Amino acid sequence: MRFRDEYRDADTARKLADTIARTATRPWTIMEVCGGQTHAILRFGIDQMLPDGIELIHGPGCPVCVTPVDFVDKAIEIAELPAVTLCSFGDMLRVPGSRGDLLRAKSRGADVRVVYSPLDAVDLAAAYPDREIVFFAVGFETTAPANAMAAYRARRAGLANFSMLTSHVLVPPAMRAVLEAPDGRIDGFLAAGHVCTVMGTREYEPIAHAFGVPIVVTGFEPVDILEGIYLCVRQLESGRNVVENQYARAVRTDGNGTARAIMGEVFRVVTRNWRGLGDIADSGLALAGAYAAFDAENRFGAVVSKDAIDAACISGAILRGESRPTECPAFGTRCTPDQPLGVTMVSSEGACAAYHRYRRADLGTPRQ
Amino acid sequence: MRTGRVDFGGVTKIVNLAYVPEAAIGDHVLVHVGFAISVIDEAEADRIFHHLQEIDDLAGGEAAAP
Amino acid sequence: MTEGNGSGDLSCPLPVDATDTVQLAHGGGGRKMTQLLESIVLATFDDPELNRRHDGAVVDLDGPLAFTTDSYVVRPLFFPGGDIGSLAVNGTVNDLAMCGALPICLSVGLILEEGLPLETLRRVAVSMRDAAAKAGVRLVTGDTKVVDRGKADGLFVNTSGIGRIVAAARIGPEAVRAGDAIILSGDIGRHGTAVMAAREAFGFEPAIESDCAPVHGPVSAMIEAGIEIRCLRDLTRGGLASALVEIAETAKRGLAIDETLVPVDAPVSAACDLLGLDPLHVANEGRFVAFVPPQDASRALALMRSFGVSRDAAVIGQVLDGPPGEVRCRGQLGIDRIVDMLSGEQLPRIC
Repeated sequence: MRFRDEYRDADTARKLADTIARTATRPWTIMEVCGGQTHAILRFGIDQMLPDGIELIHGPGCPVCVTPVDFVDKAIEIAELPAVTLCSFGDMLRVPGSRGDLLRAKSRGADVRVVYSPLDAVDLAAAYPDREIVFFAVGFETTAPANAMAAYRARRAGLANFSMLTSHVLVPPAMRAVLEAPDGRIDGFLAAGHVCTVMGTREYEPIAHAFGVPIVVTGFEPVDILEGIYLCVRQLESGRNVVENQYARAVRTDGNGTARAIMGEVFRVVTRNWRGLGDIADSGLALAGAYAAFDAENRFGAVVSKDAIDAACISGAILRGESRPTECPAFGTRCTPDQPLGVTMVSSEGACAAYHRYRRADLGTPRQ
Repeated sequence: MRTGRVDFGGVTKIVNLAYVPEAAIGDHVLVHVGFAISVIDEAEADRIFHHLQEIDDLAGGEAAAP
Repeated sequence: MTEGNGSGDLSCPLPVDATDTVQLAHGGGGRKMTQLLESIVLATFDDPELNRRHDGAVVDLDGPLAFTTDSYVVRPLFFPGGDIGSLAVNGTVNDLAMCGALPICLSVGLILEEGLPLETLRRVAVSMRDAAAKAGVRLVTGDTKVVDRGKADGLFVNTSGIGRIVAAARIGPEAVRAGDAIILSGDIGRHGTAVMAAREAFGFEPAIESDCAPVHGPVSAMIEAGIEIRCLRDLTRGGLASALVEIAETAKRGLAIDETLVPVDAPVSAACDLLGLDPLHVANEGRFVAFVPPQDASRALALMRSFGVSRDAAVIGQVLDGPPGEVRCRGQLGIDRIVDMLSGEQLPRIC
């Protein structure tokens, strides 16, 4: 397929890897912020094509992974109410709360459904007026326009039986939190291309400036990621720290104005708790006042904050980029995709799950 | 709300086009959870391959020089 | 009752009931049950052994034999390229083929949910009859039960099958040797994407069709040609990845495959990308892998390609001495990765 196959071409990838090797004169540590990029890096073995010294650290880029336990608990509580159908994206069903996940709730009799698009949940609400349809809305800025449209449509249609449990998160505040961490050692960022198709690139400029880090807005195919790394290394080698756009075929400087307009109407910016990172100011989206009637927290009670994770799990350090999955004593032994301790092992976008799927300890750390 | 049939390289599917009012028939779009969120700029898409060709030419030139 | 109902004419002379759905009484063992069996099951399958209406089938077989059973639950019952009936026949036929056996006869156990439209049962029965005819097996005995509404998903099917072993040596993971070629019988990922797309009403056009088909043809041909088949495995749930990992673990060998040699049809590949699925993990119902000694590989490949069901067969890798249980896959960029079994239920990804 066009815009896919040529970006997976082995020769092009090899050329870029060679160019990176010729450009880098010293070690650099680069964080990619999107789970989709983490997945591609491990699936295609992009980290193994890089020269010694160029290290990729996987950031808090999986929206499912950073959803707090409290929200999962609330979703389960709502799903188990009579006459409620809870809808969410597939990955969310396996994220553990403090008492199991949504799939377990389903097996106990809760009506839990996977939807591909949030509008499917709105359609369900229209089709089943006697049931409460609750959409568990998670995601980054990429997913926010679609979820905003669900609320927008439900309000226009006057669907009183539709509501959203919203745990949306925003990428730039999380990047700041990672850069402000005391042990931070990140030299540059690959920003998430899909997020930027919606938001544009301007909001990264103050971050690049304040922290002196290059930020390269990067796509998701191997050639994109390698070019993103190359552009980042080129800036680092020449002492620059600006926002560059590798993914210009999809990302405009101002993002998608139409989408941002609807997001602006439907959502307001709030402080959010991130799994592994804690509370981050202005890092999330909740439904705006005009949409309060569609807020599942207003209808079924507010989410109560309490964060409990298994003591052996280092997913927090992994989400902050401080540790690698293979450095966890539980990795692949007590913690596997079938029996996940932490959320980074749950979602296929999660760093631990990606390592477990494509690498094991013996392939994990050393590069060629 | 505007929708359109999008070809994903062998299968087509109806996609919501509310966020790409500029999209016309024949355009390539980026789709996420059932919504097109960006129209692909074809000139930009080719840029990297031109750029690599330049690097190649440059490397070739260097190799040829004694 | 009339006999030899063609698939085009399914009208029956006896009114089964005033309603056109399965009732609990249809499973009660009385007159209604007899009517249901006569009008649909017996009339459609129309096998002399079945028509004896005895407690079991009497068949004359020479040993050694292969014997297998499998139960089929699928939603929706009908999907592009197949249905629960053809799945139940082909699945068991293929399990027998994987033992190096020529499938001979099958039993059919039906569990019907109260309220199932009789028309649905008829369609499934016709599909089973047609699949059996195509595979050259007989449906010789069976059983029907009806459960309360809500206790089954419309219709469950169990089939057991008996086949006559035609392979000279025992086929299985324990026979796998380092250097053996791994041959895949065709493109992967069709069944799983077809069923998921149909179930979730994704609205793909054209619809992706399941690969549901019997595969004993190419297997028998290889055995007849004297090819030393070390191991066979059909790629059902868990896909190619899970089959290879299972074999590697049981055989205590390492396996190496090249992803670029694994055929995936463009629509399947596009659908997998959209749904966040890896074709290596997606279910198939008409594909298998064969492990053969390297000197037999090209002959085995040519034979497989001479059958429609395996016309896209390809050598995708080979068996290594070790490390035991490890399956490595060389990706599109020439870098190896580990192939793992599918964990948990396959769920569409968010992005």
